[in-house]
Amino acid sequence: MSNLKTTFGRSGRNLAFFFVHVARIAHLTGQSLVWTFIAPFRGKKLRWGSTFVQMVRIGVESVPIVSVISFCVGLIIAMQAAYQLEQFGATIYVADLVSVTLCRELGPLITAIIVTGRSGSAIAAEIGTMKVSEEIDALETMALNPIGFLVVPRLLAMMVVVPCLTVLSDFVGIAGGFVLAITNLKLAFVAYFNQTADALAAKDFITGLIKSFFFAIIIAQVGAYQGFNVRGGAEGVGKSTTTSVVVSIFLVIFADLLFTMLFFSTL
Amino acid sequence: MTEPIIKIRDLHTSYGKRHILKGINLDIYPYETLVILGRSGCGKSTLLRHIIGLNSPDKGEIFIKGVDITKASERQRDVILRRMGMLFQSGALFNSMTVGENVALPLMEHTPQNKSIIKIMMRMKLNLVGLSGFEDFMPSQLSGGMKKRAALARALSMDPDILFCDEPSAGLDPIVAVGIDHLILKLKTALRMTIVVVTHEMASVFTIADRICLLHDGEIKFLGTQDNIKESTDPFVVQFLERRPDEEKLDAQNYLDELVAD
Ligand SMILES: Nc1ncnc2c1ncn2[C@@H]1O[C@H](COP(=O)(O)OP(=O)(O)OP(=O)(O)O)[C@@H](O)[C@H]1O
Ligand SMILES: [Mg+2]
Repeated sequence: MSNLKTTFGRSGRNLAFFFVHVARIAHLTGQSLVWTFIAPFRGKKLRWGSTFVQMVRIGVESVPIVSVISFCVGLIIAMQAAYQLEQFGATIYVADLVSVTLCRELGPLITAIIVTGRSGSAIAAEIGTMKVSEEIDALETMALNPIGFLVVPRLLAMMVVVPCLTVLSDFVGIAGGFVLAITNLKLAFVAYFNQTADALAAKDFITGLIKSFFFAIIIAQVGAYQGFNVRGGAEGVGKSTTTSVVVSIFLVIFADLLFTMLFFSTL
Repeated sequence: MTEPIIKIRDLHTSYGKRHILKGINLDIYPYETLVILGRSGCGKSTLLRHIIGLNSPDKGEIFIKGVDITKASERQRDVILRRMGMLFQSGALFNSMTVGENVALPLMEHTPQNKSIIKIMMRMKLNLVGLSGFEDFMPSQLSGGMKKRAALARALSMDPDILFCDEPSAGLDPIVAVGIDHLILKLKTALRMTIVVVTHEMASVFTIADRICLLHDGEIKFLGTQDNIKESTDPFVVQFLERRPDEEKLDAQNYLDELVAD
């Protein structure tokens, strides 16, 4: 009985903590958005230089990994689809399945997960290290707001770069499907191309991009939040970095569910 | 007497259950150099963090140029902070920037000057602390003492009215340490800065201090000039100045109890 109590007590408390954290992340996001979109009109400088550096780091440097993984996922979906569709002699519909799943779902999701692992964790680690070495305090005593100085460039870079990477992921994934269709399924290039073009509607593509834009905000803000919340030394930084990846992936998937429900019922 | 530039009233603070500062009342006057002394861990750095508004107290008020920093709006705080410089005990240089960029950062952010002028100002500050030629080094390539000096250059970059130095000469060789003392004297006389220094170097105290404040057990044990402190008969002040260790605990049983306690 008491065991049961502590177990439920603990999970209840953890759940409560989780919501507190999410509320605080939302608060930080609000502040960051103000610093990104409103503060510049009140005479605060946007830091384009470091935004550009972050774009290169988050975006350009993940092009290879996003491409390779998306290509593989495209191939995988094509094979799995072909396995089912062959029974009906309808392998041409592989084109529909691959392109629609990638644009609507997997392109944004794969990109978000890769960017979380590469850059969300880096944001947490960088800001966390600055926190433990009193660099954040030093910024504040120079009257430089840590959100404006550190979070905004990363958030802006994410908001631009993640949708771009998502487009890349969509196309490379579809190319993966193409390769399987032409080599293994012996489908004609033109037929497969036309089938893909017919299958895709603008909304498939656009809903994917809308999602990816919000994923970008989640990844940047969870990373920043975990960074600012580091306690202790190097160990604290490590812990926060791990937590940032777990929480970020969880929130991305949860947001994905909400968006998909919304798009599914309205579009 | 002139109005104090910093007024601390009944400042209390604690970390968790540990009560660190227990009612500090302190006035700091313009253009004076105040040295804060006290044993390691007595709350000197904590006091400085409160004065610059990084920590908020459990209770009490801190007026800087008449504005209560514990209740100031963000804008008021910014205005105050731009006129203050802080040398952190750990240096707190930005590790992702070169030494030169560190020193230039406040100027780049807060002054409309163009890059070439800022560069000249940055080199002047580095020269002041004896680090000319190191502007392209990363902080990780500097020794501990050099980091301290680079951080001092950064604290000075905006030519602040009030300068806080947390152990400026810890980890420096005696020659450089004396150099820092002279720099502090120069800042005071030439630039009319108000300077608050935390230090453990008694030689340095008697070179730079106008007034000395001794913290003990979260309270101000002594506040006065160099002459006052030499005349003081308070046992703790005397022990501190004569560098005598604590009395040995003679009671063996108490000592044993302490070790096995849980
Ligand atoms: N972030 C913190 N969390 C919990 N306790 C802290 C924290 N920072 C400082 N303390 C405690 O507060 C007390 C005062 O610390 P502080 O750094 O102000 O000491 P100090 O007088 O500057 O010592 P030193 O001369 O060694 O630098 C110490 O006992 C320390 O254990
Ligand atoms: Mg200290």
